[in-house]
Amino acid sequence: MSSETQYCTFFVDGLLFGVEVLQVQEIMSEFVVGRVPLAPPTIAGLINYRGQIVTAIDMRKRLDLPPSTVPPARMLVVRCNEETFALLVDKIEDVVAANPKDFEEAPENVNESARELVEGAYKLADRLLLPLRLEKIAAIAN
Amino acid sequence: MFRDLLGHRKFSSILGASVSGYKPAKCLTSVIREFYKSSVLNCIGPFLSRDKDCGHGSDISPVDEIVREFLIESNENLDRLDRNLVELEKSPRDQELLADIFRTIHSIKGTTGFLSFHHLEAVAHAGENLLSRLRDGLLVLNPAITTGLLAMVDAIREMLKLIESTEADGDNSYPELVASINALMEAPAKGDTVNAVAPVAIAAAAAPQTILAEAPMQAETIQTELSQAELSPVEPQFQRSGEDRRKQDIPVDVERRSGKDRRESSADSNIRVDVSLLERLMDLVGELVLTRNQIVQFAAAQRDSSFSSASQKLNLVTSDLREIIMKTRLQPIQNVMGKFPRMVRDLAIACEKQVRIETTGQETELDRTILEAIKDPLTHAVRNSVDHGIETPAVRLAAGKPAEGTLSLRAFHEGGQVNIEISDDGAGIDPERIRAKAIEKGLITTQQAERMSQHEIISLVFKPGFSTAAKITNVSGRGVGMDVVRTNIEKIGGTVDIQSVPGQGSTVRMKIPLTLAIIPVLIVRSAGQRFAIPQVSLLELLRLEAGRKDQSVEMVHGAPVYRLRGNLLPLLFLGRELKQTSNNANSGLTNADQLTIVVLQAEGQHFGLVVDEIHDAEEIVVKPLGQHLKHITAFSGATVMGDGEVALILDIVGLAKGGRLLTDAKKAAMQEALSARKSEAQSAEVETQELLLFRTSRGRRTAVALSSVDRLEEFKVSQFELAGQKLVVQYRGQLLPIVNLSDKFDTVQNESTDELLKVLVCHHQGERIGVVVDQILDVAQEAVSIQERWKDGQSQGSAVIQKQVTDFLDLNTIIASVRGGAMFSENSSFPENLAFAEAAQ
Repeated sequence: MSSETQYCTFFVDGLLFGVEVLQVQEIMSEFVVGRVPLAPPTIAGLINYRGQIVTAIDMRKRLDLPPSTVPPARMLVVRCNEETFALLVDKIEDVVAANPKDFEEAPENVNESARELVEGAYKLADRLLLPLRLEKIAAIAN
Repeated sequence: MFRDLLGHRKFSSILGASVSGYKPAKCLTSVIREFYKSSVLNCIGPFLSRDKDCGHGSDISPVDEIVREFLIESNENLDRLDRNLVELEKSPRDQELLADIFRTIHSIKGTTGFLSFHHLEAVAHAGENLLSRLRDGLLVLNPAITTGLLAMVDAIREMLKLIESTEADGDNSYPELVASINALMEAPAKGDTVNAVAPVAIAAAAAPQTILAEAPMQAETIQTELSQAELSPVEPQFQRSGEDRRKQDIPVDVERRSGKDRRESSADSNIRVDVSLLERLMDLVGELVLTRNQIVQFAAAQRDSSFSSASQKLNLVTSDLREIIMKTRLQPIQNVMGKFPRMVRDLAIACEKQVRIETTGQETELDRTILEAIKDPLTHAVRNSVDHGIETPAVRLAAGKPAEGTLSLRAFHEGGQVNIEISDDGAGIDPERIRAKAIEKGLITTQQAERMSQHEIISLVFKPGFSTAAKITNVSGRGVGMDVVRTNIEKIGGTVDIQSVPGQGSTVRMKIPLTLAIIPVLIVRSAGQRFAIPQVSLLELLRLEAGRKDQSVEMVHGAPVYRLRGNLLPLLFLGRELKQTSNNANSGLTNADQLTIVVLQAEGQHFGLVVDEIHDAEEIVVKPLGQHLKHITAFSGATVMGDGEVALILDIVGLAKGGRLLTDAKKAAMQEALSARKSEAQSAEVETQELLLFRTSRGRRTAVALSSVDRLEEFKVSQFELAGQKLVVQYRGQLLPIVNLSDKFDTVQNESTDELLKVLVCHHQGERIGVVVDQILDVAQEAVSIQERWKDGQSQGSAVIQKQVTDFLDLNTIIASVRGGAMFSENSSFPENLAFAEAAQ
C-alpha cells in the first residue's frame, strides 16, 4: 500500500489547490504587501516574514485566473529550492491526506501553461484537489 | 608500519611541546591529545595510516578532523611565515623573529610527521635544519637563503593544497628544493660558489612564482646537487630528525621562557567560530533590532512607565548587542595587507627593482565580506605601484633619489569609513602621457582633453581599457587594472581616487565602508511608497519652490535638467523611472508646488533624483531580494522599516543606467552637457556628435552642436530691444544679445509685433547669445567631417548631415562679432575681417 501524501489545501477562484505539507512553513492571515515597482505582474510584492523579506506571489495572476475585487486574504509561506516565498490565496482549507490511487494526470483539455503548474488531480469525494508543482510556481519568467 | 610508528614518536614529541604551552600547535594538539587518549590502546600504525584500504573505515573521521585543523592552522602559519621572512630579511639578527619562524616550521614538520605526510615533512625538515643554523648563528641570512626559505613555504603551500583536495601530499618530494636548501646550509663550508648556485636551483624548484635571473649559471654544480638529491631517498631524513630535535629542544625551551607569556594568553582567550554561525547571529540581531524599533514605537504610545523603562533598556541592550556582533565580523586589514611584503619582494625581484614596503594601521578592522572584496583591488594597486610607479635603481639614482623605492600602505579609520592609502615615491603619473594615450585610445576627444584639469586627466587611468605600460609585463599593462579597482571598490560602496606629482610619486586613496550589512540611508517617498537611498551616493538635497521652479528646471532636447551652480544636472523622476506615475513628460514639472531633488553620484556621474518627499536618515539592515526580483537593476535589496513594512533600497548605479544616464553613448553626451558652459560649438574632428538642425535665412540648412544649445525659446518681435547698437532680449533678468539669421525678422522696428520668432539660446566661451532662426528641423547624431572650403561669417564650413549639405554655425565668430561691438547687420552676414582664426586647428 503506497503511502498517502499530505496536502495543505487552499482556494483560489473557487478551485481547490494543494501544496505538500512539508513545504509549507506557516499560514498567515495578517500581512502587509509592499509593492515592488518594475516587478513582473505575478509578483504581488514583498512581505516582512518575521524579519525575513520574502517575495509574495499573487496566485490568481500566477495561475492565470480572473482577478478578484477582494484582495487575497491568506498567505502561505512556503519553502522550495532553498528559497522562502509566499503564496497569496483566497481561503485556506484543511490538510488533506491524498491517496495515490485517486490521482490522475491532468486531462488533455487542460491548457499548456496550467499543465506545467498543476501535477494533475486527486479525485476527492466531493471535489477535485489540484496539487501544485511548487518549483514551477517559483520559476517566474523574468 | 615502521613509518607510522615513527609518526607516532613525533606525535608524542608534539604532545610534549604543547604541554609547555607551545602556541602554534596548541589548538591542534588538544585535538590530538583527545584522539590519543581514545586510541592509545589501538594499534596506532594502521590507524594513522593514510591508506584507504587499511580497514578502519569508521575511524577515519577523527583523523580527517585533525587534518582539517592542521590545514587551517598551517595555512595561517604559512601566511605569517611569509611576512616574518621578509621582515627577517630587513633585520637578520632579530632572534625573536627567527625563533618564531623556527617554531612555525617545527610545528608544521612535527604534525606532518604524525599524519604521515612524508614528502611534506621532508621539505619542512630541510627548512628547519637551515633555520636552526641561522638561529644558532652558524649562518647569516642573505637574499639567497630568504628566497630558499620562501620557496620552501611555497612548496609546503602547494602540498597543503594537494592534501586538501586529495588527502595525500602527492608524489612530488621536491628533491631539487631540498637539495638546494641543504646546499644553502653548507654555505660557509663550501664558500661562495654554493651561494651563487643555490638561487638557481631554488628557482627551478619553486617553479613559476619565483623568478631569479641574476645568479650566474654554474651548470656542473647544479647537476651534482640535483643528482645527489635524486639519489638520496627521503627516508634518511627521518633518522636524522629525531637526533636533531634532541639538540633543538633546548634552545626552543629557552626561547619560550624569554617573554612569550603575552602571546600564550592571547591564544588562550581565542576560539574558532564558524563564519556561518556569525552570519546567523548577525541576521538574528538584525531581526532583534527591528523588533526593538517596533517595541519602542509601541512604548511611546503607552502610559505605563515600567513598560517604557523596560523598552528603553531593551533599546540600549539591543544597540550594544548589535555593535558587538558587528565587531565579531570585523577582521584586521592585516589579513589582506600581510600578504603584500612577500608579493612586493617577489615583484621587485621580477622587475629588477628595489622596493621597501612600509605598512601602518594593519590593525584597522573591516567586515570580512568587505575585506574579501578589497583584496583584489588592493593587490592591483600595489602591483601597479611596483611595476609602473617605482623606477629601476639606475633611474632613481639619476633622479637624485635613493636606489630603494618606498611603497607605503596606510590604513586608518575616518568618519565611520576606512581609508586606505597606497603611495609610492616613484616616477608619478605624467599627465601628458595619459592625455595622449586617452586621445589615442579614443577615450576622450582633443577638445575634452583641453578642458580637463590635471586631476581629471590623471583620473582617466580609471577608465576601462586604459593602460600606459609601455610594454606588457606579466605584472601589469594589459589594460585591465585601475578600472577594475574602481569598479570593485564602488561595488561595495567605496570610492577611489588617485593623486600624483610627476617625479615624486603617486597615491591611490580608497574610502571603504566598515560593513555592508548595515548601511546609513536616506528614506524618500515616491507615489506613496518608501525607498532607501544609500548615503554613500548622496551629495546634497535641493528643494525648488513653486515660484522659482519653472525657471530652474529646463529641458535639453526633452531631457529635464537643473542648473546647479552653473552646471547642468540631469534629472530623473523616481516615480517615472519606477513606472509608478504616468510617463507624461511634464508631470512633476508643473503639477507639484515644489520639487524635491536628491543629488546623487554614480560612477563619477552626478544626477538629480526627483522624489515626492524626504524622510529621515536611518541605519538599515540590508536584506537581499529573492530570485524573482534580482533582475530589477533599480533595487539593490530591501529592508524592514521600524513599523514592520518593507522598503526597497535603490541601486543608484542601476537607476542611472535605467535612466540611460550611464549608457556609454549617452555618457559621453552627458559629460558634454555637464561641462556645457565651457564647451565649444565647433569641431573639425571626425567624431559623433549630437547636432541641432535648423533653417536660417534663404533656406540655409544649418547645424550646431546640441551641447552648446541651452534652450529653444520663442520671443515676440516686440520683445526685441536695442541696447546701444546691439539687439537684445530681456531674458531671465539679463540682457541676451541677439543675432539674426532669419528672413522673417527683417528689421528691428518690425510692425507686426505679435509674431513669434524662434530663438536658439546658445552659449559659447562663457557668453550667451540668442540666435534667431527660421525653423527648427531635427536633431541628428552623426559623425561629421567639416569641409572648410565654404566657410563664411556665419558658418565655419559645411558637412553632409542626413544626406544633405549642411552649414555649421560658427558661434566663435558670431560671439566675437557681438562682443566686438559689430553693428547688427540686417542681411545677417558678418564682415569678413571679424572672422576668427579657427580655434580647433
